[in-house]
Amino acid sequence: MAKRGSPEVNAGSMADIAFLLLIFFLVTTTIETDSGISRKLPPLDEETENPPPLKKKNIFIVLVNANEEIFVDHDIIKENPVKLEDLKDKAIEFLDNGGGTGDEACNYCQGTGNPESSDNPIKAVISLQNDRMTEYGTYIAVQNELVAAYNTLRNREAQRLYNMDFTEMEKAFKNPETSDANKEKLKERIGVVKDMFPQKLSEAEPKK
Amino acid sequence: MSKFKKKQDEGTPAISTASLPDIVFMLLFFFMVVTVMRDTSLKVKNVLPYADQVEKLEKKDLVMYIYAGKPSPRYQQQFGTEARVQLNDNYARISDIQQFIFQERESKREELVPALITALKVDKETNMGLVSDIKQELRKAEALKINYTTREGDANLNME
Repeated sequence: MAKRGSPEVNAGSMADIAFLLLIFFLVTTTIETDSGISRKLPPLDEETENPPPLKKKNIFIVLVNANEEIFVDHDIIKENPVKLEDLKDKAIEFLDNGGGTGDEACNYCQGTGNPESSDNPIKAVISLQNDRMTEYGTYIAVQNELVAAYNTLRNREAQRLYNMDFTEMEKAFKNPETSDANKEKLKERIGVVKDMFPQKLSEAEPKK
Repeated sequence: MSKFKKKQDEGTPAISTASLPDIVFMLLFFFMVVTVMRDTSLKVKNVLPYADQVEKLEKKDLVMYIYAGKPSPRYQQQFGTEARVQLNDNYARISDIQQFIFQERESKREELVPALITALKVDKETNMGLVSDIKQELRKAEALKINYTTREGDANLNME
């Protein structure tokens, strides 16, 4: 018998394999979407109206200076910069203080009730001040920590009331696969938690 | 008899190249999928800061982009190293922002206008003075919904 050459490989299924791979990549790669911190700017004409009087103890001042140092409230005078890692805890301590009595009492706060700090999260305002020479990166880092403080507190209350994280609820609400009935329910719950810890972040215009 | 002898000398047959187009197409499709199209060419340095408390910008057609940062190295000879604003494909002055917002609004359907979001893509080394000026212009134009576009990551990375 004569020796035969190796038989030709059947390439008929090559296209199928290629399509399989193609579909795999199509499904797994997500087209990049931008993400970031969403904010709402205050309307311009508001300045002309008289701002409602705020008690000094209900304002938490966060100051970022040109040397990227962060100062918080009373420490501004002491020239005692705060580390970025500690900022979140300080903000939580302030928001969750619940030092009010009577009408202003906060029945879900878990803070120490320090009379020198905020009365109620509904009244508490965080005022973020920066210098014109502050770097944008630092500013975003500070914003991020303050939003994290709000999210932590909101998560805590959402867990207590509905056994679900606030951030999870928001994600589910935005998900197009969630049914309308569910969305209605989520919207109400998100509203409740938001009312408990309203995000009052005021951004002052930078000092020259 | 001679028929059999011929076959003996043939050796290995050539590899079929019939599937080559498939492989090429596969690669092509892969790169088509993973590459992100940029509709504007950046003329400024644009290293975004990090943040982890982020929200996604879902509807791309509802977003207006404002870029800011130092001019890219190849434009620095002409424009210097002072941070600048970029709208669409060109450098712009702060005072052009209002006009830009109105133009963008004009190009969108009327019912979508209130839902428009301005995404600020600002280099992390930019001074806040410029960012504040941009925000002030946006307030004048009543484009109040903004988004500081960031990369996802620990905020501490910004402090380095």
